[in-house]
Amino acid sequence: MIKVERLTVDLEEFHLCDISLSVSGGEFFVLMGPTGAGKTVLLEAIAGLIPSKSGRIIIGGRDVTRLPPEKRGISIVYQDYALFPHLTVLENILYGLHFHRVEKEEKQLRRRELVTQLNLGHLLHRFPGTLSGGELQRVALARALIVRPEVLLLDEPLSALDPAFREEIRDALRRLHERWGVTFIMVTHDFSDALSLAQRACVINDGRIEQTGDVADIFQRPTSRFVADFVGMKNCHPVVFRKTKAVIGGLEIETGREHERVHGYIAVRPEDVVISKNRFDSSMRNEFEGRIAGVVDRGFFYEVEILVSNMAFVSLVTKSALFDLGITEGVPVWIAFKATAIHVF
Amino acid sequence: MKTRELFFWVMLASAAVIMAFILLPIVQLLTAPSLPMLNETIRDREVLRSIWLSIYTAGCAALISFVFGTPLAYLLARTRFRGKGLIESVIDLPIVIPHPVVGIAILSVAGRNHWIGEILAALGVRIMGSVTGIVTVLTFVGIPFYINAAKEGFESVPVRLEKVSRSLGGSMLSTFFRITFPLAGRSVLVGAIMCLARAVSEFGAVVIVAYHPMIAPVMIYERFEAYGLKYSQPVAFWLVFICLVLFLALRLLTLYRKKGG
Repeated sequence: MIKVERLTVDLEEFHLCDISLSVSGGEFFVLMGPTGAGKTVLLEAIAGLIPSKSGRIIIGGRDVTRLPPEKRGISIVYQDYALFPHLTVLENILYGLHFHRVEKEEKQLRRRELVTQLNLGHLLHRFPGTLSGGELQRVALARALIVRPEVLLLDEPLSALDPAFREEIRDALRRLHERWGVTFIMVTHDFSDALSLAQRACVINDGRIEQTGDVADIFQRPTSRFVADFVGMKNCHPVVFRKTKAVIGGLEIETGREHERVHGYIAVRPEDVVISKNRFDSSMRNEFEGRIAGVVDRGFFYEVEILVSNMAFVSLVTKSALFDLGITEGVPVWIAFKATAIHVF
Repeated sequence: MKTRELFFWVMLASAAVIMAFILLPIVQLLTAPSLPMLNETIRDREVLRSIWLSIYTAGCAALISFVFGTPLAYLLARTRFRGKGLIESVIDLPIVIPHPVVGIAILSVAGRNHWIGEILAALGVRIMGSVTGIVTVLTFVGIPFYINAAKEGFESVPVRLEKVSRSLGGSMLSTFFRITFPLAGRSVLVGAIMCLARAVSEFGAVVIVAYHPMIAPVMIYERFEAYGLKYSQPVAFWLVFICLVLFLALRLLTLYRKKGG
C-alpha cells in the first residue's frame, strides 16, 4: 500500500500543492493530466528523486519521506526508457540485483520469468543502441521488476511508442501487473490508457488533484469542468467483443480484426462519422439507421447528435452539408464509419 | 552555382594556408637536424633525463588533476547555485594569466615570507628548484583543461540514468562508479590528455620556479641561448617526436574505447 499525505513540492519550474492519495497494494493506479500538470513531479517525489517541502509518503507501512530513493522499495520506468547505454540488455536487466540480497536460485528464477514474459531472449547480448522503441521499453520493464519493488512507477511508458508497439506494451503491462502483484502507478495523458489498464485514477491539473476515483466514474461523472474537458471523448462506448465485431446493445459494429479480450471500449472521432439521407452505396462497413437528436452550432461546423437504437453518436458537418441534408431534430438519417476509424481500447 | 563554387574554393584556400602555417615550422624542425646529430643527442644522458622529467612531471600533473579535479567537475556538472559562473571563471584563471606570472604567484605563496611556505619548509617540502615545484606549476596550468573536459563529459550523461540507478537500489557512490563515470570516461580521458599536453608544453612558469632540474623546454631554451638554433633543434626534435607518439597512442586508445563502448 502507498499513501501520500498532504505532499507539497516547490521547485523552480514545477510545484505540487497539498497532494493526498491512497493506493492499495497490488492496484493499478493512473495519474492523468495535461502536459506540465505535475504528474512526473509527483512520481519523482514518491520515488525520492526530488525533495518535498512538507507532507508524508508511506510505502508498505514505512514512512519513507526522509529516505533516499534506493531505500524506498520503488522502481521507475521512464518514457524515454533510460537504459544504461554502456551495458548489454542482460546487464541492464540484472543491474538492480547488485544492490539487493537475493538468493542465486531466486535471481535465476526472476530472470528467466521476466525474459520469457517480455520475450527478451534473443536480445540479451545486444546493446540498447540497437533496439527498437518497444524492445527498449520491454527491457526497462524487466530491469524495474527484477528487484521486486513495492511499487512500480511508470512515467508515460506508452507515449513515445508507435501505435503497434503501444498495443504490445499495454498488453505487457496488463500481464505483468497480474502476474507480479506489484502496485503500479502510471502517469499518462491518454485517457484510453487509463480505461484499458487501471482500476482507479486521479486527474491532476496545475499541481493539484482535481478528482480521484474509479476510472469509469471519472469518465462518466466528472466533478469539475476541467476533468470533463480533459476526458471529453466523443462516441465512446463500452462494448463486448465477438470475433471481429463489437456489440453494444443491439448494435453490431465491425472493427475489422479480432480481439483477445471480451470487454472493452470503442471510440470513433466525430469527423469520421458520415451522415446521409439514404443508405450508403460505398465500401464503408458500418452503417446504421438513426434519428437526429440535436444540432449544436460550433462556429465553423455543426455538431450533430444521432440516436441509433438509444446509442448516441456525434458527427461533425459543415453548414452547407447541414442544409443539403436538411438536418433538423427528429429527421431519420443513415450514419456510417469505416472499420479503420474505430479506436479500440 | 558559380558563386557557390568560388565560395568553396576561397574556404579551401584559407584552410590550406592555415594547415601550412601550422605544419611548415614543425616539419622544418623535424627535418632540419641531421641523422648523426639526432643520434648523438638521443645518447646524451642529460637530454634523455630532461625529456623523461618533462613527461614524468606532466604525467603527475595529469594524475593529480584527475584525482582532485574529478569531484569538482562532477559537482559543477550536476549542481546549480548562485556564483557558479564565478567559480568557473576562477577555474579558467590559469589559462589567461601570463605564464611567468603563474610562476611568480606560486613562489609568492610557497616562499619563506608566507605562512604556507613556512609550513612547507617545516615539513621539508621544497618548491623552488625541485621536482615538486615543477609538478605544482604544471598542475596549476593544466588542471583547467581537465576540469572543463570532465565537466562536459559528466553533463552529457542524462540525469535520468542516475535516477533509475538510485531507484533500483544504487547509492550515490555506486551510481557514480557504475553509471556516470563509465559513461563520461572518454571525456575524462580526453581531459587528462589535454592536461598532459598542456603541462608538457609549459615553459614560462617552470623556468621561474625551477630552472633546475631541467625539463626539456628549459633545456631547449638553454641550448638556444648558449649555442644557437642548430644545437637546440635536435633536442626539440626528440621532445616533439616522443610527445607525438605518446599522444597518438592515447588518442588511439580513446578511439578504441569509443568503438568498444
